[in-house]
Amino acid sequence: MKLKSLALAAAIAFAGLSTALTSPAAFAQAKEQFFPVLVYRTGAYAPNGVPFANGYVDYLKYINAKGGINGVKISYEECETGYATDKGVECYERLKGKNGGATVFQPLSTGITFALTDKAPGDKIPLITSGYGRADTVDGMAFKWNFPLLGTYWTGADILIQHLAKKEGGADKLKGKKIALVYHDSPYGKEPIPLLQERAKHNGFELQLLPVTAPGVEQKATWLQVRQSRPDYVLLWGWGVMNSAALKEAVATGYPREKMYGVWWSGAEPDVKDVGAGAKGYNALAMQHGAEPNAKIVQDILKEVHGKGQGTGPKEEVGQVLYMRGMIASMLAVEGVRRAQERFAKGKVITAEQARWGFENLALDQKKLDALGFAGVMRPVSTSCADHLGSSWARIHTWDGSKWAFSSDWYEADDSLIKPLVKASSEKYANEKKIARRAPADCQS
Amino acid sequence: MLYRENGQFKTSYAADQQIFPIIQDRVLIVAMLVVAFVVVPLVAPEYLFRAILIPFLILSLAALGLNILVGYCGQISLGTGGFMAVGAYAAYNFFVRIDGFPVVVAILLGGACATVVGVLFGIPSLRIKGLYLAVATLAAQFFTDWAFLRIKWFTNDSSSGSVSVSSLQVAGWTIDTPAEKYLFCLMFLAVFGLLAKNLVRSHIGREWMAIRDMDVAAAVIGIRPVYAKLTAFAVSSFIVGVAGALWGFVHLGSWEPAAFNIDRSFQLLFMVIIGGLGSIMGSFFGAAFIVILPIALDNLTVAVGLNTALASHLTFMVFGGLIVFFLIVEPHGIARLWSMGKEKLRLWPFPH
Repeated sequence: MKLKSLALAAAIAFAGLSTALTSPAAFAQAKEQFFPVLVYRTGAYAPNGVPFANGYVDYLKYINAKGGINGVKISYEECETGYATDKGVECYERLKGKNGGATVFQPLSTGITFALTDKAPGDKIPLITSGYGRADTVDGMAFKWNFPLLGTYWTGADILIQHLAKKEGGADKLKGKKIALVYHDSPYGKEPIPLLQERAKHNGFELQLLPVTAPGVEQKATWLQVRQSRPDYVLLWGWGVMNSAALKEAVATGYPREKMYGVWWSGAEPDVKDVGAGAKGYNALAMQHGAEPNAKIVQDILKEVHGKGQGTGPKEEVGQVLYMRGMIASMLAVEGVRRAQERFAKGKVITAEQARWGFENLALDQKKLDALGFAGVMRPVSTSCADHLGSSWARIHTWDGSKWAFSSDWYEADDSLIKPLVKASSEKYANEKKIARRAPADCQS
Repeated sequence: MLYRENGQFKTSYAADQQIFPIIQDRVLIVAMLVVAFVVVPLVAPEYLFRAILIPFLILSLAALGLNILVGYCGQISLGTGGFMAVGAYAAYNFFVRIDGFPVVVAILLGGACATVVGVLFGIPSLRIKGLYLAVATLAAQFFTDWAFLRIKWFTNDSSSGSVSVSSLQVAGWTIDTPAEKYLFCLMFLAVFGLLAKNLVRSHIGREWMAIRDMDVAAAVIGIRPVYAKLTAFAVSSFIVGVAGALWGFVHLGSWEPAAFNIDRSFQLLFMVIIGGLGSIMGSFFGAAFIVILPIALDNLTVAVGLNTALASHLTFMVFGGLIVFFLIVEPHGIARLWSMGKEKLRLWPFPH
């Protein structure tokens, strides 16, 4: 190739790139509330990331179709993280200043949550990590900007053990049992371990830890260990392709699916669909909701968003487990902003800092949930300065070969074991980072 | 016309042995340093720092380290991510376990630990060569991955295996804002860039190159392969380890072993190959190509208004296509294009 043309091409490319790189910095003072959306629609976790993202975006569209948050329209932009921490951080930096500033980030990855937890306080942007992230961020006095609403891995693990105890006929019956944790070898999968160890000590069962290297396609060795040690129960802490791979291995090893319990990220349609009838009897935790095709909000979205050709994903997936989770995450963000508007400026765009107050003072009682169309989908949530969790109710649902159906009553996490762990862990964090716990007066801001 | 050395006479050995013997080059490099140290921190927006410049600087440093091993000494290594991890975790342990430990010393000690591990995994290079060595260094990658995932002591018993550092202070200077972080990394890069450049021009660098070009012949003329290969591993892993520590401390702030997985090793190897094997300049070109291009493409495709999944796939395709394009157009890397450009510029505007 002639050098001249190459140089010319390079110059053109450079000019193009530099405009592309500087554009995110262009601030536009918008009249809209901006919601950045970190998603992964590609990669090993895409089967689960896509429905979540669709639910998240569809609900924002739905709110806009209904006239916005007290008249304030929502703008949003997606950024593909691929579940990779460095890419997620880049997305965060890219979107945080756009369109008048990001309202709230929902990283949808425990690794990204860890990285952003350090950055958010400096930028004064709240993080909602609904059902994932750091379990110790429940302690709002240490983690001012983190909101693990509805559940953390510690509450999830606790509820699973409660359910097993109930199944065995009492907490004392767990003594001497063997429970294996098959987990995604990443911060996500390791997060429940401290609580399970505590539980094991408390209830006297034996905990077997079986890590699976990310992304979890290859699990032969793990299931060989399951076959050898024959645990009474297997807890599955997988995500994306790891879940269906685990179920296939369980079928191959002949481990009864009825004795397998997944966390809420391991209990959705994409996880079991490929295994079909083989996954029958497999149980998973349902964080508040399961698949809710008949909920009012789902019907509304089908009518207002999909009915008008605005739907983000396939129509059939509306109301499935992960779609619902994305939608609820979106709803919590929107309701937090609505709550903050009530205090600061009704019908106006609010800042991220003001939105944080809204998340900290969420008060979604049953009446409000019913009005939003979430009747029967979830239980009331109310947060406070000290409690950023809001509610820890969960149920178990079971795959019957074609759909998820609830198979247990509601459980609430037992605070007696979790609280001391949260306190110890958040204090360790505060000491490491040399940050002071918030004074009670700070709760009013 | 502009770029020619006519009339610049070298009258002393010192003048003859300068890094940049031509005055135009010296002016250019001083101007670049002024821009990098003064202008950029004043004008660049935060996004540019955090998402592009800081990763670019740190990965340039890592690529520089790897280039010494692969480009200058000819030992292919796939363990770079692992050595980065050693640097990051070692520095982390020094930093958290000893109260008030200075950051710079922690980072350099991280590099020192990486050196030890690097030399250890370099020992097989004395018996195995080429692609087989690449496979052997792959063991380093998997071993460190395993160690930092499984051995809780390394991560200070953190429940999730994710570690984090904060409040970096150097002699009263708190490295807090993106511009400060950028300057901190830039200083490391400038110092190590200068050291590396001088090292490869010295007798030891010539030994590495002799080993690379033909190890039997090099041994015949009196170069000890053991010494040459292991020093290359040591220097390379030291720089890579420092880069790893910076990646964890400055860029990510909190990280898990996945930040230094096999993908990182491949990424760095591609940087070195695309940038130019055996060229200090090439490390920078390679890092720029691999770090900045995907982000720019991504921004471009999103700005055009494609949906997220399509944009992300398109980025991969265009990026892959460009790698192939560059390797076909110039198999010796972008650095070779650069030096060809300089040759042409000498004759411009009257080529013969």
